[in-house]
Amino acid sequence: MIQVKNLAKSFGPKRAVDGVTFNVEVGEVLGFLGPNGAGKSTTMRMITGFIPPTEGTVVIGGHDILNNPIEAKKLIGYLPENAPAYADMTVYGFLNFVAELRGLRGEAKKKAVSRVIEMCFLETVVHQSIDTLSKGFRHRTCFAQSIIHDPPVLVLDEPTDGLDPNQKHEVRTLIKRMGEKKAIIFSTHILEEVEAACTRAIIIDRGKIVANGTPEELKRMSELAGTVILRVRDVPAEIVKEKISELPCAKRAAVISQNDGAAACVRVYPRPNIADGELARAVGALATQMQWRVEELHTDEGRLDEVFRSITLPDTVKKESEK
Amino acid sequence: MNGQSSLSTPVSNIWTIAKRELGGYFTSPVAYVFIVIFLLLTGLFTFMIGRLLDRGEASLFWFFYWHPWLYLVLVPAIGMGVWAEERRLGTIELLLTMPITTWQAIVGKFLAAWIFLGVALFLTFPVVITVNYLGNPDNGVIFCAYVGSFLLGGGYLAISTMTSAMTRNQVVSFILSVVICLFLILAGFPPVTDLIQNYVPQIIVDIVASFSVVPHFDGFKRGLIDLRDVIFFFSIIVFGLFTTSIIIRNLRAGH
Repeated sequence: MIQVKNLAKSFGPKRAVDGVTFNVEVGEVLGFLGPNGAGKSTTMRMITGFIPPTEGTVVIGGHDILNNPIEAKKLIGYLPENAPAYADMTVYGFLNFVAELRGLRGEAKKKAVSRVIEMCFLETVVHQSIDTLSKGFRHRTCFAQSIIHDPPVLVLDEPTDGLDPNQKHEVRTLIKRMGEKKAIIFSTHILEEVEAACTRAIIIDRGKIVANGTPEELKRMSELAGTVILRVRDVPAEIVKEKISELPCAKRAAVISQNDGAAACVRVYPRPNIADGELARAVGALATQMQWRVEELHTDEGRLDEVFRSITLPDTVKKESEK
Repeated sequence: MNGQSSLSTPVSNIWTIAKRELGGYFTSPVAYVFIVIFLLLTGLFTFMIGRLLDRGEASLFWFFYWHPWLYLVLVPAIGMGVWAEERRLGTIELLLTMPITTWQAIVGKFLAAWIFLGVALFLTFPVVITVNYLGNPDNGVIFCAYVGSFLLGGGYLAISTMTSAMTRNQVVSFILSVVICLFLILAGFPPVTDLIQNYVPQIIVDIVASFSVVPHFDGFKRGLIDLRDVIFFFSIIVFGLFTTSIIIRNLRAGH
C-alpha cells in the first residue's frame, strides 16, 4: 500500500533523509523509531506529500505522490507532529471543514463526523473552540481529523505525544485495532508502544534505516536476548556463577546482585547457536542437581531500548568526543 | 475508498476553504474592530479632511480619493495573517496534505479576504445615501468608483497574502506589505511625480508611474471603467497570488 523507495531529502548540505526504502501493506502497523532529528518527521512529510523529496519515490496505493498527488492524498490520513489545528474553530467546525475537503457531503459527512467524535472521545468538547482545549483533547481532535474519511493509509507523527497514560493506552489500542484493515505508519519515542501496537518496526538514525524487523526480531538483536536470569536463595553468588560457567551451553555468567537480602542473582550468556530454551533447561537442571532454592528463572527476550541505544548511540558519543 | 463518493471539485474545494476563512474573520472580534475602524476612518477622511459637506458638490470624489491611503494600512492588516498564521500554527501542513492543490488553497484564502474587504466596503453605503439625500449625484460614477476601490483593495490584498507567505510573523508580513503598497501609491502620486519630473525625463516618470495604483484608480473615480485599468489590477492580483504559490513551493521544498 505504501511503497517508499530510495527516499532522500537534503536541506542545503545536510542530508536529513538518506536513501530510505520500505513497504507497508494493509494489515501492518509500522513503528518508526529514531532519536530526535533522525529524519522521522521529514520522511513522513514526504510520504504525505507535504514536502517533495530530493530523490526517490513514494507510491501510495499505486499513485505516485509527486505525479498524482491528489489521488494519493485521498488515500492518506495524516496526523502531523504537534497535532496542529485551527485555533479559532470549534471541534465540530474543524471536523466538518476537514470532512468537506475530503469530499464528504450531507449525510455521509454527518455520519463521518459523529463517528470520529465518538471514536476519539470528543463528545464533551464538540462545541468548544480548539484554543481552549487541553493538549490531550487537541491531540485527539487532530487525530480524529486524520481518520475522518476512513483512509486505507494512516501516517501518524507521534500520535501519543502529550497524552496521559490512559489516553496513550486508548490511542495505542485504537491504532492496533485499525491496523487490521489499514496500512499504518507511526513514529514514537516510546519503545513500549512499539511492542504494544506494531507488527513491524524501523529504526532510523541520521537519515538512514539502521534496523527493520518485527519487535521480536529487533529485541533479539539485543546482546541480552537469550540470556538466562537465575535468582537463588542462600547460596553465595560467586559459587552460582562458577558452577553455571561450567555448563557446556553457557558462554559466561555475570553476577547481577550479590546476596542482598539473601538472594543471589546471576545472568548467564548463551554460546552462539544454542536452541531457544536450552540454556534455561540446563540451568534449571543444574539448580535441581545442586538443590539451590530457585526464586526466579527466566530467559530474557532482550529489550528494545537497549537495542535502540546500541544502534543509535555509539556514533553520537563518538562525535561528541571528537568535538 | 470504502464506498465514499468524492464530490470534490476545484470550485468546491476553493469554496470550502474560503468559507472556513470567512468564518474565521467573523468569529473573531478583530474583524468587527477592523470594520469599525474602516468606517470611522472613511468618515473622518470624507467629512473632516475631504470636507464633503462644505463643498456643496453632490459627489463622492473625495470619499474615494483617500482610499489608496486608507487601504495602505487596513488591507495589510487583513492579509497579514492569511499564511503567516497557518505557518505559525503548523496548520499549513494539514491544509496542504489534504487532497487539494496549492492553488485552490491560495485562491480560497484570497477570495475570503477579498469578500471580507468587500463587506467592509459595502458598509460605507450610508455615505451614498447621504449624498443622494443632500443632492443629486451621478450614481453611475459612484458605482464605478466602488468597483475601482474593490479592485484596488484586491491588488493590495494579493500583495499582502504574498508577504504573509514569506514569514510566520504577522508583524513582519504587515510591514513588508505596507512598504510595497506604499511604493505602488507613491510611484504615481502627483506630488511625488511632480518632484521627480525635475530630475528625470518624462518617459521614465511615465514608466514608473504606470506601476502605480493611483492613475489606474483615477479613471474609476471619474466614472470610467477602462479595460486597461481593470487588467492592471487583475495583473497585480495574479502576480501576487502567483508569487505566493512560488513562495509556498520553495517553503515546502526547504530552500
